[in-house]
Order: sequence, then C-alpha cells, then structure tokens
Amino acid sequence: MADGSAIAAGRVPATAGQPRTGTLKRMARRRSTLAFLMALPLLAVIAGLVIYPFFYAIELSMLNKRMTRFVGIDNFTFLLGRETFQLVIFQSVLFAVTAVIAKALIGFVLAHVLHALPAKGQRKWRGMLLVPWVIPPAVSTLAWWWLFDPSYSAFNWMLAVFGAGPVPWLGDAGWARFAVILVNTWYGAPFFMIMYLAALKSVPDQLYEAAAIDGATGIQKLRYVTLPMMRNIISITVLFSLIVTFANFDIVRILTNGGPQDRTHLFGTYAFQVGIQSGDIPLGAAVSLFMFPLLAVFAVLILRGVNQRTKEGL
Amino acid sequence: MAQVTLRKIVKEYEGGVQAVKGIDLDIDDHEFVVLVGPSGCGKSTTLRMIAGLEEITSGDIAIGGSIVNDIPPRDRDIAMVFQNYALYPHMTVFENMAFGLTLRKFPKEEIKRRVDNAARILDIGTLLERKPKALSGGQRQRVAMGRAIVRDPKVFLFDEPLSNLDAKLRVQMRTEIKKVHQTVRTTTVYVTHDQVEAMTLADRVVVMNHGVIEQVGPPTELYHHPVTKFVAGFIGSPAMNFIPGRLVNGGAALNVVLPDGITLPVPAERAGRYAAHAGREILFGIRPEHLTEIRPNDHRPHLAAFEAAPEVVEPMGMETLLHFWMQGNEICARVDPATPAEPGVKQTLAADMSQMHLIDPQTEKVL
Repeated sequence: MADGSAIAAGRVPATAGQPRTGTLKRMARRRSTLAFLMALPLLAVIAGLVIYPFFYAIELSMLNKRMTRFVGIDNFTFLLGRETFQLVIFQSVLFAVTAVIAKALIGFVLAHVLHALPAKGQRKWRGMLLVPWVIPPAVSTLAWWWLFDPSYSAFNWMLAVFGAGPVPWLGDAGWARFAVILVNTWYGAPFFMIMYLAALKSVPDQLYEAAAIDGATGIQKLRYVTLPMMRNIISITVLFSLIVTFANFDIVRILTNGGPQDRTHLFGTYAFQVGIQSGDIPLGAAVSLFMFPLLAVFAVLILRGVNQRTKEGL
Repeated sequence: MAQVTLRKIVKEYEGGVQAVKGIDLDIDDHEFVVLVGPSGCGKSTTLRMIAGLEEITSGDIAIGGSIVNDIPPRDRDIAMVFQNYALYPHMTVFENMAFGLTLRKFPKEEIKRRVDNAARILDIGTLLERKPKALSGGQRQRVAMGRAIVRDPKVFLFDEPLSNLDAKLRVQMRTEIKKVHQTVRTTTVYVTHDQVEAMTLADRVVVMNHGVIEQVGPPTELYHHPVTKFVAGFIGSPAMNFIPGRLVNGGAALNVVLPDGITLPVPAERAGRYAAHAGREILFGIRPEHLTEIRPNDHRPHLAAFEAAPEVVEPMGMETLLHFWMQGNEICARVDPATPAEPGVKQTLAADMSQMHLIDPQTEKVL
C-alpha cells in the first residue's frame, strides 16, 4: 500500500503540470461528451417546451385566481369537490379507454385484413385506410360536425330513409359522448393499423407453418403465435394512444365544445374553458395537471411489461 | 409410422412456372429418404406439399395409404423441422415441445412423459425451462427435433435442418439425426442441397433437378451407377470430371480418344455395351479418386496412363488434389500425399478405366 501511494503521489505533479486545454480536448474527444453535445439542442428544446412549462404549470396551479397569492393545493381540493370536475375525470377516462380499445380492435382487424391481401393490392388499400390519420383532425372533425348537424345531418337523412327517427347526435349527452368517441376512433384507428401491420409482417411465416403442423387452428394461431409476438407493439401503441387520447382537445372542442351541459368535456377542453375562457389560469393549470399522475400510472404499468419481455428476448 | 406415396405430383405457380413437374415416388415405412438437388430444383416444394403447406396443382399424395391432398397440415399426422428451427420465442423449451400435444389435449402427465423422453434422447433435459433465445444454434436444432419426436407422428419432414449451423456442428448434428432415426424408426423425408448429408444419412437418395427426379437409389448405387450426367456430377466431392472425346474402334478394342491425343482403352468386358456408339462424340466421365498416381505394385486392372502437368496443387493432408486443364476443361486428380507434385511439372497419372463413365453429350444419359 505504501509503495502504491508513493507512486501515485509521484505522478501527481506530472499530470497537474499539463495545460488545461489538454483536459478539455480529451473531454471533447470522449464519445459520451460528443454524444451529449450533439443531443444538447434537442435537450434545450425539450427543456424550453416541456420541462419549463410543466414546472410553470405547477407554480401557476398553486396561485389564486389573480395570481397574486400562493394557495398551496387549494385549487386541487376545490376541483376534486366540484361535481363538474368529477364528471370530467369520468368522461376523460371513459373517452380515452373506450376510444383506445375501439381503435386497437379496429386497427387489429384492419391490419389482419391488409396483411392477408396480396402485396399488389395491399399498398393501395393501405394508402386509402391511412387517409383519416393524415387529414388534420380540425378539418376532418368539421366534416363530421356537418354529418352530425341537426339541420343537415347526413346520418339522420339515411336513418329517415329506413324509417328511423332523427338522432340528436350532439344534443344528447349519451349520443354526444358516442359521437366524440366515434370520431376519435375514426381518426386514430389507422395509426394502430399501421403499427400492427408492421408487427404482423415481422412475425416469421415459419412460426405459422410450425403451428399449423403442430395442430393449431386459425384462432389458435392468433392466440398462441400472433398475439404473443405482437405484445410489445400492442403495449407501446396502446400507451402512446392513451396519452394522446387523454390529452385530446380538437375533436371535442370542434364537435361539442364540451356540451351538452359539460357532458363531453375532457381534461384538455375543460382546462381551456376554465383557464382561458373563464380567465382562471391557475385553476386551468390545476385541471391539466390532473392528467399527469393518471398517465404516469398507465405508463409505468405498460412499460414494466415491455421491459420484462425485452429482457426475455421477445 | 407410414408409407408416403407421390403420384404425378405437379406444382405450378402463378405465371405458369412449374416448380415440380409430375414426380412419382414411393417411400417405405421406416425409410429415411433424402431429397437432394441444387437451389430451385423443387425439393423443398415437394416436401412442403407432403406437409400440406403448399397446395398441389395436380397429382396425389398419400400418407399411410390414404390420400391427403385436401387435408390440412394439422390432420396429416406429420412433424416438420425447419431450416431456421421456427421455435416459438415466447415459450420455454418445454412449452415449445409440448405445444402440439397441448393443442391435441393430451393429459398433462403424458405430455411430461413424452417431453422428458425426447429430452433424454436429445440430451436437452437441462434446457427445458429456457427460452429459445438463451440457446445456441445446435441446442435450438435439438429442440426443434424434440418438438417433432414428442408428437410420435407418422412421418418426419426435415427442411434443410443443418444449413444454419457451422461446419463442425453440422457434422455432429448429422450423426445425431441418424442416431435419432435409428432409435425412433419413423419414416423420414429429408431435404438438403448438400450431397454429403444426403449420402451419409439416406437409405435412399432422390436426386432432383429442374422439378424432375433424375434418379432414386441407395447412396452407393448413385455414386457408382449414375444414370445421368447431372447425377454423376452432383454426387461425389470433388465432382466427377467430364472431358469431351470420341469413342474410336481401334481394331481389337474400343478406345476413348481425348483432346491432346490421349488414348485410353475401354476394358474388354464393357466394350460390348459401348460398341454401338463407336465413332461418336462422347463425354468421358471419371471421378478424381479414379484418376491417381501410378502406385508401385499396382494390381488394379484397366489402368491407363497419361501425362499431365498440374497447374494447381492442393495438399489436403490425407490426399493431394491436382488440377490441370485439358483444352479448356478443368480436371481434378486425387493422389497420395506422398506423391511428389509441383505446379507446371509433368507427371504420369493413371485413369482407372473400370470406373469410368461414358455419357451421350446430346441426351446427357450415361451410356
């Protein structure tokens, strides 16, 4: 030990004697430093557009309406006690969960149908089925609004042809909720379809052949081969879609504006109404912050499964 | 256990491309038959038609006496080992092997007994709880074979099962497959492009080319008595030498006259067979192992000596390969490693004329 420290001590003056620029150069040459420097612009953008607004929203949510006084968690307790907000929580969960399940199921079926098509026709159909996803939702939702509109509703016209009475698509709470979920499903299903299609294409054909020889029927192949092989893609797509659907704003804002009687409000539209339209920015910030713990729980649960499967090599 | 019968099997793809052109084949119970041929010869397509993974365009396939043309793979009672193993990555080795039995609703104890038995035969008992990703190529191949064995099917189908393994492991697994067949005695159809695998494993080899069967027979028969130029060239390594020449009636005996004026006498006992072809162009075929140095006290009858200067000398340890060119045809000779051989230096070689083949250059049939 004594020898070792003597040697180490002996070396100190030599390294300390080198000019500082040498150390900087060495640092710059290290791959990790270089990687960090190259990622810095992105980190700056994330910091400016995500981290700063997030903490600013936390700060705002703890101020009074005039933003002059710190009120702690008063805004949150106030919101939780308010019936409208309880409705918003219920509606957001209902909207997100129902729409994501519908999108996942429709996307799954469409992906299978596309996958079964011969390669020639597949590209054409894939392009057509992706159209809802590439049209800006604000534009397509306006078209849907016309389809639902009480005076011009094409749906009601079609129902009338079959002798059915007009449906108050956006005027009744139940139908309005159905309408926003329908439009969100229409808009989002192609994304699931394209993700699932990619996953389906990555399942080796030989696994299906092996399963066919092992005695599997079509349904059993789906259950024992396709689904387990797609689990990670399904999880990640569902998580991503849950986050985006929970935070949805444009569809509800254009189609129902939260109505009738706040029965279609989501966190996003309600935060906008409270914060911007009613001028209570701190309360609006508190509404939008409620999404964070909910989504965090989903994210942790889903990503834990993904991580575990990745470790197992799937 | 069952016989497999193929009658006039045709496989035609869209656009009229025929992969298999009406083949007939009878595979006996317990037999190990290897389909061998170059890429695109139709061997894998034939196997996949037996499995039911490809529809047949016309003809009949029977397994165990009953026609299975329209029966789906799961009801044919066959098991298949794929080139890249096709193990289910999300299942453990045990689950992979048990999958077919689970689907067929076998009792749990029976499944366990069969998997344990197969694991013992293949020496993979310690791997049963692992996922395929944690296995080496050789171990995966064993599991794939295990999956086939536990089913105790009528027929085993192997689709180039050793192609993804390195050379050393391939030899080892080849022995394993032979051992397994000797134990379970299930009728086996095995596809490979490697003629060494075909020769070492098969009871009978089926050589295919361009969608037709060129020859069927035991390995040694194919080696010694090929019926076409293709089989003669495909079986054996290094491949048989083919030299264009002419069959000349030299008075008392028939002679093969090769380029450079080399004249090799045809053995008297085979002269009758070739007499009708005297005066015609022929292809002279001889394997490298029958083109050797002249050994002291060589008692082989019908040796015909000629001189050649090798351009390339390849010492292999147990033998030395000499490559020389005869008017544009590359010729390979296999000599004793003790034989002094140097590139460019002429030396005397002996052709064992009792082992030569004469081929009609038009029909490419062995005369």
